[in-house]
Amino acid sequence: MDFLRPASWEEALAAKAEHPTAVPIAGGTDVMVEINFDHRRPEYLMDLNRIGDLREWETGADTVRLGASVPYTQIMENLRAELPGLALASHTVASPQIRNRGGVGGNLGTASPAGDAHPALLASGGEIEVESVRGRRMIPIDEFYLGVKRNAMEQDELIRAVHLPKATGPQQFSKVGTRNAMVIAVCAFGIALHPETKTVRTGIGSAAPTPVRAKEAETFLAAALEEGGHWESGAPIPVSVAKQFAQLASGACNPIDDVRGSAKYRRHAVGIMARRTLGWVWESYRGDGRTAQGGAQCA
Amino acid sequence: MAGVTRTPTNLTQGSTTPAGIGASTLRPDGTLKVTGEFAYSSDMWHEDMLWGFTLRSTVAHAEIRSIDTSEALAQAGVYAVLTYDDLPTAVKNYGLEIQDTPVLANGRVRHHGEPVALVAADHPETARRAAAKIKIVYAELPVVTDEASATAEDAPLLHPGRKDHHAGHVPHPNIVHRQPIVRGNADEAAKRADVIVTGEYDFGMQDQAFLGPESGLAVPAEDGGVDLYVATQWLHSDLRQIAPVLGLPPEKVRMTLSGVGGAFGGREDLSMQIHGCLLALRTGKPVKIVYNRFESFFGHVHRHPAKLWYEHGATKDGKLTHLKCRIVLDGGAYASASPAVVGNASSLAVGPYVVDDVDIEAIALYTNNPPCGAMRGFGAVQACFAYEAQMDKLAKALGMDPVELRQRNAMEQGTLLPTGQVVDSPAPVAELLRRVKAMPLPPENQWETTEGADVRALPGGLSNTTHGEGVVRGIGYAVGIKNVGFSEGFDDYSTARVRMEVINGEPVATVHTAMAEVGQGGVTVHAQIARTELGVQQVTIHPADTQVGSAGSTSASRQTYVTGGAVKNSCEAVREQVLQKGRLKFGTYHPAWATAELLLEGGKVVTDGGEVLADIVDVLGEESVEVELEWRHRPTEAFDLETGQGNGHVQYSFAAHRAVVEVDTELGLVKVIELACAQDVGKALNPLSVVGQIQGGTTQGLGVAVMEEIIVDPKTAKVRNPSFTDYLIPTILDTPTIPVDVLELADEHAPYGLRGIGEAPTLSSTPAVLSAIRAATGLALTKTPVRPEHLTGT
Repeated sequence: MDFLRPASWEEALAAKAEHPTAVPIAGGTDVMVEINFDHRRPEYLMDLNRIGDLREWETGADTVRLGASVPYTQIMENLRAELPGLALASHTVASPQIRNRGGVGGNLGTASPAGDAHPALLASGGEIEVESVRGRRMIPIDEFYLGVKRNAMEQDELIRAVHLPKATGPQQFSKVGTRNAMVIAVCAFGIALHPETKTVRTGIGSAAPTPVRAKEAETFLAAALEEGGHWESGAPIPVSVAKQFAQLASGACNPIDDVRGSAKYRRHAVGIMARRTLGWVWESYRGDGRTAQGGAQCA
Repeated sequence: MAGVTRTPTNLTQGSTTPAGIGASTLRPDGTLKVTGEFAYSSDMWHEDMLWGFTLRSTVAHAEIRSIDTSEALAQAGVYAVLTYDDLPTAVKNYGLEIQDTPVLANGRVRHHGEPVALVAADHPETARRAAAKIKIVYAELPVVTDEASATAEDAPLLHPGRKDHHAGHVPHPNIVHRQPIVRGNADEAAKRADVIVTGEYDFGMQDQAFLGPESGLAVPAEDGGVDLYVATQWLHSDLRQIAPVLGLPPEKVRMTLSGVGGAFGGREDLSMQIHGCLLALRTGKPVKIVYNRFESFFGHVHRHPAKLWYEHGATKDGKLTHLKCRIVLDGGAYASASPAVVGNASSLAVGPYVVDDVDIEAIALYTNNPPCGAMRGFGAVQACFAYEAQMDKLAKALGMDPVELRQRNAMEQGTLLPTGQVVDSPAPVAELLRRVKAMPLPPENQWETTEGADVRALPGGLSNTTHGEGVVRGIGYAVGIKNVGFSEGFDDYSTARVRMEVINGEPVATVHTAMAEVGQGGVTVHAQIARTELGVQQVTIHPADTQVGSAGSTSASRQTYVTGGAVKNSCEAVREQVLQKGRLKFGTYHPAWATAELLLEGGKVVTDGGEVLADIVDVLGEESVEVELEWRHRPTEAFDLETGQGNGHVQYSFAAHRAVVEVDTELGLVKVIELACAQDVGKALNPLSVVGQIQGGTTQGLGVAVMEEIIVDPKTAKVRNPSFTDYLIPTILDTPTIPVDVLELADEHAPYGLRGIGEAPTLSSTPAVLSAIRAATGLALTKTPVRPEHLTGT
């Protein structure tokens, strides 16, 4: 195995063009597990840690440009207001040591349906900035996940950053694991209210071959909120609406049975999480439309 | 040994405060361990060593049609590739009790992950790659995975033609051992019952999940022998199994315990020991083998999964009339400790209760599942899970408080067990229950804070699944009984060599045993015992090795009792010799030398009245005193093969738990918020360590209650989750507050009155948690671990 250590982004792109099979590594929290378990023996490993700007973020007027290697800990500590859903998801990633190393770029590169960031990214909406020696392009998050551990990137491309809109409404994230910390998702659910467009976006993790949105649930809920004048009145969401939203979220799943959980349970749990997180974001919206946090205190 | 680094060294601990028995002295290896300085077995290094790798079967049951090692041997950097054909002597199997486990597969593999070939190379990656080039042609055979398939008439036999000492009395050759316990007449007694409850229970396969993987270093010696440094639980038992396979006399296999990162029973069987030695002797070079986590799941036996059928009856005032039960333990492909686990499961199947009329049967199966053997609690764990579920069920049927029902039937000193053995030391079962029930309960809605819900205190934790929605509290109780020490007539002795001498003007004791320190704190208590018996401050604990007699296993909650007893006994002999020297030197100066009871205290010879007669330093001068003695507890007897009668056990250990859980009933997630424990320890030699053991055992029991299980595919008998990603053990957020109430009722038969403590808390923890979850959900829950699917009907 050859170890490539580009000193700059340009060098990295050149190296990736020359060795398209090179596996980029930043925090190493995913790649090293694969290597340690002998699941993967890449010809080339490309260390991106010398490229400092991958660990930086910029907060613009409406968006955050999040470097691919910004560790989850930084997102939790510094971007809670701008990216509340992703901050909550970051909290659930593995252990403090892993959160200090791992970043969103790794989740996107691996594109495992179990990646904790995906539901929050889907609920938020945004674009992935990828680049190769051929040029730069922005891939909308909705078009990024193609299959089990397959994404929309070309072999010579690297992930540089993620562009996410700053939250304009409350966001929530919830994940089921069979342990109270440091656990891979059995399934997960993210939700974001977008009051400025009167829309709701969702993301489901580990309950389909790829991370998916519950689009029917989103459309149904947006229509119900609109129809009932809820965005303006802030009136409580009727139980029947929440229930229907939860059922549609369950219906958006296409899960499998595996050692972590049954397909039936995943569908069931996604519905429960959809109902609860909707309750939390709506309570938050009613209480203070611009507060991005739910009721939970997170340490 | 020249060239080896990171091998064990002496642990010397001085003390300026009284640090004898009963003091909470700190571990001599504690600071090393928490600062990362401690040398674990995987840290060892030899300047010109090779790395060994074990190629394991990818299928559970198959004939091996051919093995082609030529490509592997041709790879640069490879020094040796060994298969069954390379084994040097006629002894090609090993085993704790039954020698049925092949060192390397002989034409057939019987479980997933069975060792087939060995490679030694100059780099671990080279060894691994070379192993991947070994071509094995398997012809797969049908698998047997449960009682029905294993005992079917046409079932493939795991060990055809077996000749072991259990072969003659088992009803089917795929049954390793069967032990009935019959007393009174359960059928007749059942007629007196006002209420009868029955239940069928499933206990999942738990892994010891010790953090330090199997590892060791074998160094060939000039005399043709081998020096083996290894993390194990019982050096002399290993030696007895290793030497014949190597064709060496035992004295040419010199073993030294290297740093052990946990054991819990999983190191009773051999792992890399013979493999490492074979490669070292073949190549003439030191060979190190370290399993990674994946391999570790295949590198040691697990806790027997079990199916248990129970029937209890009671009169309406809550007195148990009878017990009928049948316990089927899955031993997997090789016997390991299965016979002894059967003995425990059957003889302790009744639990800590008085039942005069019993009909009990326990068996262990041979199947193609992973081999199962020793793990903390050893057969008593599975039984406790079932009989405690039964007690709750019975209490419900009687409309009685479940703790009161247990107390009404609790055994006590003098109780006659179903084996006919009398419990002849304190058995405060009712009192432990009373104490654990009397502890204050954690407040309701304990997750609420002024800033909202603290998700860390809720089911799901930081995964943020509930802020209180769907959460219901449940409380449950359980109590258990565990035997201490090796049972059924086993000669369960230990050996201690103790030396006393003057170093730098100070009397110093050195304790040398072969006891495996696996984290239990034996090195701490040995120093405490030496201080108490010999009146010294400074004690050196010599590394454990086979240059001293056997200490027996660090198992069965026995080491403080048995090797502690041996250290005490040897210290007493040393003391007598020191006093004798004193009498000879100074006897004429003071009449008390001849007339008084003399002790060694604070570096001096004193009378029992406290009068100082001499400094130990002056008594010893340049001389040293050293003794090595074996020590035995009271003998036990085998259980009768038909009736199970016999004084089979040495001592019993009792613990009771109260579990408080919060269950998210919609998502099926559980947070155990408190697991209170009361345990009788006889005498706490080191109260801090005692509490640590109880909390650790409690947590391991919690693990199997709510998350831990090795999942084996019933169709292929292959392990599906051999990793810490999918085999989950409790994190600190899963570990509740564990208040511990320690009772000290001396057992007059044991050294200092102590009682073995390590396993009892592992028993009652699991059923207490299950009971609490049942209380919260109203569900029957007959299987452990409880999964979200069980709680949500999905």
